[in-house]
Amino acid sequence: MGSTTIKFSAEDNRAGMPSFISHTPAANPIGTESSATQSPQAPNFGVLEQYLGFRIEDPANNVGRSPVFNQSMNNQSVGPDLQSGAFNKTYASANTNFSAALMGSQPVQLQKGPQPNLFSTSSGQHENWGESNMAESSSRTDTSTDLDPDDKNQKFDGQSAGVGVSDSSDKSKEKTSDQKTLRRLAQNREAARKSRLRKKAYVQQLENSRLKLTQLEQELQRARQQGVFISNSGDQSHVGSANGALAFDAEYARWTEEQNKLINELRTAVNSHASDTELRTLVDNVTTHFNDVFRLKTNAAKADVFHILSGMWKTPAERCFMWLGGFRPSELLKLLANQLEPLTEQQLTGIYNLRESSQQAEDALSQGMDALQQSLAETLANGTSGPEGSSGNVANYMGQMAMAMGKLGTLDGFLRQADNLREQTLQQMHRVLTTRQSARGLLLIHDYFSRLRALSSLWLARPRE
Amino acid sequence: MERVRDLASKKAIVMFTKSSCCMCHSIKSLFYELGASPAVHELDKESRGKEMEWALRGMGCNPSVPAVFIGGQLVGSATDVLSSHVDGTLKQRLIDANAIWF
Repeated sequence: MGSTTIKFSAEDNRAGMPSFISHTPAANPIGTESSATQSPQAPNFGVLEQYLGFRIEDPANNVGRSPVFNQSMNNQSVGPDLQSGAFNKTYASANTNFSAALMGSQPVQLQKGPQPNLFSTSSGQHENWGESNMAESSSRTDTSTDLDPDDKNQKFDGQSAGVGVSDSSDKSKEKTSDQKTLRRLAQNREAARKSRLRKKAYVQQLENSRLKLTQLEQELQRARQQGVFISNSGDQSHVGSANGALAFDAEYARWTEEQNKLINELRTAVNSHASDTELRTLVDNVTTHFNDVFRLKTNAAKADVFHILSGMWKTPAERCFMWLGGFRPSELLKLLANQLEPLTEQQLTGIYNLRESSQQAEDALSQGMDALQQSLAETLANGTSGPEGSSGNVANYMGQMAMAMGKLGTLDGFLRQADNLREQTLQQMHRVLTTRQSARGLLLIHDYFSRLRALSSLWLARPRE
Repeated sequence: MERVRDLASKKAIVMFTKSSCCMCHSIKSLFYELGASPAVHELDKESRGKEMEWALRGMGCNPSVPAVFIGGQLVGSATDVLSSHVDGTLKQRLIDANAIWF
């Protein structure tokens, strides 16, 4: 029977807890001893409760609960539900046990209502006790005084004293200490409950904050896109570089989507052997749409030429092989010449000539860019001689910078010429080819770029050693 | 205006440029590539350069340089030259003006 194992003796309690502790089974691994001995201020009652709690606890719940119980008791602090729950249960059971011990070998029962046998160690029953105890002692909570470590100790000592003489003391003293104990228990339960509520509120707050954060992020995204569009429709000169870059990226993304749609329409038409007139319309749609992106780039270059030239709006593989902010027309023509068979002699010649012209124009523009870079380098390199800080030098420096700025201003001119070359090349291509060939040509070009983009993705996702 | 026209008619290919203009360098390269040798007049080196630039603008050249004349006729600026090169008309004009032979 449980009551016999409690080994509750007056002498032990009077001295304090250490001796009491020795009664705990060796199997108690949790540093209950240490906690009891460490803090002279720690209520002996807590240790007592713990001991009792430990003794009656289900072996399965054993290890998990005791330290928790101890901690809760000592600190009266915020703890997770588990702790408080355990606290409650063991407390409750301890409470009943205590009473049982005090009253000798009477069967353990609370004064109110039928109770299951204390020493059947299922947690369910513990909970029952907890509830009834709560009910019983909550009435006492109202009348309890504020707990104070010193107060606790005093009460405790009183209680231990009371406990000590349980066997032989008069009933009134027992009742008082019993009441005090119960009140204390109730207060502790209250504290535990409050801390549980606090924790709940805190978690709720965290959840709300997280939701708000996601919402804000979404808003920011939207606002950025929208804000960018709004400012774009206004005066271009006021748009900052970063804004221009973002605007272009967004517009380019939309353009790509639209282009995919148009190409798919074209593909369906080609596969279903649509009429030439129908194909012509679709081909014209795609070509016009192609011109749209050139216009987009020109506008964006006015705001941020370096963004376009850097190709940051393209995928890495595209970027690596691009020329002056875009594709190289002669490359595309080479691709078409190989894939678009059969071509008539005339067509072959036409394509070949076009490719050659394009190549020559590309070379000319590349040379112009090289000249620009060289000129810029010379400008920045000049005038570095002479002592620092002399007024002549400063004027020199400013003059240099002004000249360099002027040269940079010509960059967007080159970009415009490059895009113009692309546009003209595509246009000329359509003149050389039949409608159906043009359609197939556009599909080929689109597929090529799609594959290049897919290659970029694959490359970025490749497993690395 | 007159000076421009005068100079433009002197040679098969006449280009008005500025020494600092890199696009002019591009167009020049293109002509060399084609086997032509244009007569180049740098407006910033000419005594009446400003006037001539003004005149060119008046003729519709924007930007004013490079301005290309083939056979005394104005072709235009870089955009016009490159576009006409792509559609094949530039070469024809050069041949017609005896600037190149093939």
